[in-house]
Amino acid sequence: MSVSRETLESLFYTMAKTAVTRIPVDVYEALKAAREREDNPLARAQLDAILKNIEIACSTTRPICQDTGTPYLFLEIGDEFPLRSQVVEAAKEGIRRATREGYLRPNAVDPVYFKNSGDNTGRFIPWVHVDLVPGDSLRVHLMMKGGGSEAPSTLVMSTPLKGWENVKRAAVEAVANAGPLPCPPVIVSVAVAAGADIATSLAKRALLRPIGERHPDPKVARIEEELLDALNKLGLGPHGFGGKTSVLDVKFEYAHRHPATFAIAVITSCWATRRVEALVTRDGEARILSKHLLPTPGGGCAPGVPQVEG
Amino acid sequence: MAEYRLRTPLSDEDVEKLRVGDIVYVSGIMVTARDEAHKKVLETIEAGGKLPIDLRGLVLYHCGPVARKRPDGTWEIVAAGPTTSMRMESVEAEFIEKTGVKMVVGKGGMGQRTAEAMRKHKAVYAVFTGGAGALAANAIKRVVDVYWLDELGIPEALWVFEVEDFGPLVVTIDSTGRNYYAERMEEVKRNAQKIVEELLKKPIP
Repeated sequence: MSVSRETLESLFYTMAKTAVTRIPVDVYEALKAAREREDNPLARAQLDAILKNIEIACSTTRPICQDTGTPYLFLEIGDEFPLRSQVVEAAKEGIRRATREGYLRPNAVDPVYFKNSGDNTGRFIPWVHVDLVPGDSLRVHLMMKGGGSEAPSTLVMSTPLKGWENVKRAAVEAVANAGPLPCPPVIVSVAVAAGADIATSLAKRALLRPIGERHPDPKVARIEEELLDALNKLGLGPHGFGGKTSVLDVKFEYAHRHPATFAIAVITSCWATRRVEALVTRDGEARILSKHLLPTPGGGCAPGVPQVEG
Repeated sequence: MAEYRLRTPLSDEDVEKLRVGDIVYVSGIMVTARDEAHKKVLETIEAGGKLPIDLRGLVLYHCGPVARKRPDGTWEIVAAGPTTSMRMESVEAEFIEKTGVKMVVGKGGMGQRTAEAMRKHKAVYAVFTGGAGALAANAIKRVVDVYWLDELGIPEALWVFEVEDFGPLVVTIDSTGRNYYAERMEEVKRNAQKIVEELLKKPIP
């Protein structure tokens, strides 16, 4: 049997609902660790509220944040995967259903005709990134990206000679100048590329990497570590109340640049970083791969992999 | 840093004892307003009209909730964390003066015009943990009413919530006009300059 449109729609519905109600385990663990090492009482109170909020959202299947974000789809489509041209339409249908059922706030606003589409889909929304890969399956990441944490987004078109100086400056200043607006502790993603669009796109995609995972290139990994260490000396802290954790992690990505250009993008994601990863085989087996905080029968929460709902 | 439990309507005395850094849990009535509702409230007053609810002594909440209607027609608030308050900076001083709200709740802090209006009219600004939409919804006991829903839509409408121990709220502008975030951000920006200087001394890793 071959994968059906219905399977894809159910998967995307589950992914949207999961993304906004069940925090990824890596984000939860990073926030818990930040709480453990914090001794500033105001910062600790913010982290306590954040953790309590995450647990309430989990046990009641309610959105973690009322800003349920803008949907971003990152698709890795295998050569032999059927239904290729229907994947985005199926995603739209799943997102519409999650909106109808009250899990997503309608966030897609037409800037020209001043109208909210009401269902979180619209012109170029969800935003889609496609990679073509060998094989016969579809691997998909859905990121529900909060609006507030777009505030620090920075693009610097540097001269190449000042490139690395401007990378360091841009990363630190983006986080410092935005202060409490993007809901820190944030995840910071920095990318260098030939063009503005390549840099922002790579930086956004690098937010998919789990917290704590270093870039496979050891030199890039050291850049990430250096920036992480530096940013946590800012003293901004959770929601700007000071303390040890201003950022949960730093990601760095790059493309080959043009000899004359050095585009630098800095993108951030709020503490409520919401992303889900799933895999669909050509014969229709669809399952979620990422671990999330799930409700337990006893009324608590524990890490697990969500089941796809019908 | 003291902790208070307050109930609406708030008096000048309730508000005047609060200082930046204090934690507050509020019970009673909170009314939401974002960009569009601020505009409509001020236009209504300007035109000599009557607001659907008397806001004196109440808590104004910068919030666009996720809400769904139950089969019996009542509203369920699913998530209701704060939105960025600075968007309302250009109109908040006038809003405080004309409506008599005693506390404004949001996220990210507000500017000097609002701080000055709070000093003059005895009000405070407090932040609720940004993003904590489920925690907020838990403290909302019921929707008393909603106004301008058809015209403004769910996120922008004027929602009247009955809340119980809504918090923790941290006061960041008090009725002396002190603005905690303004002070903090200066410190963070000074730190940022030092950090950049340190980073620039190091070679590319």
